[in-house]
Amino acid sequence: MTRYETVIGLEVHAQLKTRSKIFCSCSTQFGADPNENVCPVCSGMPGVLPVLNRKVVEYAAKMGLAIDCRINRTSIFARKNYFYPDLPKGYQTSQFEQPICEHGHVDIVTAKGPKRVGVTRIHMEEDAGKSIHSAHDNASYVDLNRSCVPLIEIVSEPDMRNAEEAVAYLKAIRSILVYLDICDGNMEEGSFRCDANVSVRPFGQEAFGTRAELKNLNSFKHVQKAIDFEVERQIDLVEDGEQVVQETRLFDANKGTTHSMRGKEEAHDYRYFPCPDLVPLVLQESWLDQWRSELPELPKAREQRFLSQYGLSSDAAEVLTSERDMAEYFEAAVAAFAEPKKIANWLMTDILRELNQTGGRAGDLLLTPQNLATLVRMVEEGAISAKSAKDILPELLLTGADPEELVKAKGLVQISDTSALAADIDAVLAENPKELADYRAGKTKLMGFFVGQIMRRTKGQANPAVVNQLLAEKLK
Amino acid sequence: MKISPEEVAKVARLARLDLTPEKIDQYAGQLDGILGYMDKLSELDTSSVEPMYTPVDQISVMRDDVVRKDFTREEILRNAPETDGAFFIVPRIV
Repeated sequence: MTRYETVIGLEVHAQLKTRSKIFCSCSTQFGADPNENVCPVCSGMPGVLPVLNRKVVEYAAKMGLAIDCRINRTSIFARKNYFYPDLPKGYQTSQFEQPICEHGHVDIVTAKGPKRVGVTRIHMEEDAGKSIHSAHDNASYVDLNRSCVPLIEIVSEPDMRNAEEAVAYLKAIRSILVYLDICDGNMEEGSFRCDANVSVRPFGQEAFGTRAELKNLNSFKHVQKAIDFEVERQIDLVEDGEQVVQETRLFDANKGTTHSMRGKEEAHDYRYFPCPDLVPLVLQESWLDQWRSELPELPKAREQRFLSQYGLSSDAAEVLTSERDMAEYFEAAVAAFAEPKKIANWLMTDILRELNQTGGRAGDLLLTPQNLATLVRMVEEGAISAKSAKDILPELLLTGADPEELVKAKGLVQISDTSALAADIDAVLAENPKELADYRAGKTKLMGFFVGQIMRRTKGQANPAVVNQLLAEKLK
Repeated sequence: MKISPEEVAKVARLARLDLTPEKIDQYAGQLDGILGYMDKLSELDTSSVEPMYTPVDQISVMRDDVVRKDFTREEILRNAPETDGAFFIVPRIV
């Protein structure tokens, strides 16, 4: 048993889904040609003035309301000073004292049970540009399209004690952002980024150990691996009587390790001060009332509703509500065919597997929820076998075809007609007199053999339930 | 001394200013005078006064989330130290 306790705090940067940038009217569109969405404000030309985007304030406040933050009626912007070519002004406009939201919390559940993680603050800020470095011609190429794209930074309390809790917290935050429709939550494209502050201390010690800040964690798996590696590394250092250095460390996804990015001596000194170009932001109560009334049903509430309204297992309720798309897909399918558990099973197995493989989302599926409902209904009504349904699912997902038509075209309609099946059963019994005699002599296990023969004879189209029933009668 | 030459050297380094030792001493003296004057102001009791972040009366100046494109890339890159027509090009930093 380890004698150390891990302490983790997380910083999430979420890119907001606004059309224009936070302080100018340039487009935020991803994938434009380099420097196409740039103006004098976001390229840091002298003499320009930033003007705050109203939507950014709304989105930041809504996130605060969703996680029970105190919303500061007055908040101010500050300059965070550092030099880097993709930060053309020489400072990032952010919030330092008086951020827009403070003191919220998120409830998570892990194997160890439920836990409440505190959120210290949420503040608004601008993103930096992007640079590409070329060793070949000894130059860096700067693209300012992303400069001034709006972000909120969500800072947690150092409340998490292992990587599993950290991942659960991140998933909860991401899910809420997506439900609020204020961030697309895409980790690979960088619209949902996370840094982890990790330290260890002997059990029982109150003071925190020296922390390292882990960066480059662009998937939940990386978060887990990077924290696990870092904890081991720090414990080894402490055990060997060495010091943990306060520093930024980059996660290397290929090696599964972290390495130092910059030491303490180079540690940044940002010299924050209030930004004189932006006037204080004072929120009116009427705006807050409006935003509060616009909050959608959030993941936790929806999960509870899925449990009570549809009688789903807690596992299914959690999985189906963690993505807003998936929850809406499920409810649309259930509206078309009211067998929630059956539909949940299809979504939780085959369809989730497909989405995991393609990296797609439920909202992008060509198979509409109504068509999935039709497929499930056909199985439940015995029109096709469950096996046939699974067999045609890949094609339905690929083409978005109507399941009823596809079943007809492929001749998969199940034989449930008792008189047709009775003839097949008689034929099979007549062809296998020895087995029939053995069965009658007490070898009842041969029931399975007969069912197999009948399925073969009908090319798998016989309804197994009807076959079983008819066969049992005949063998009496 | 309100500010030491070492602190002045540090602030200069953070601002990417390359100062000679003579300049560091000179600025330390000048900044010390300014900070001394601030201390004089601090003698007033301001505990009941809200900090002022701006002398401007306006609050909450905002714009709607509407996209506008007022400048071509060519115009923006005209201010680049060096460009290939698509990027700002600067000495390599990594």
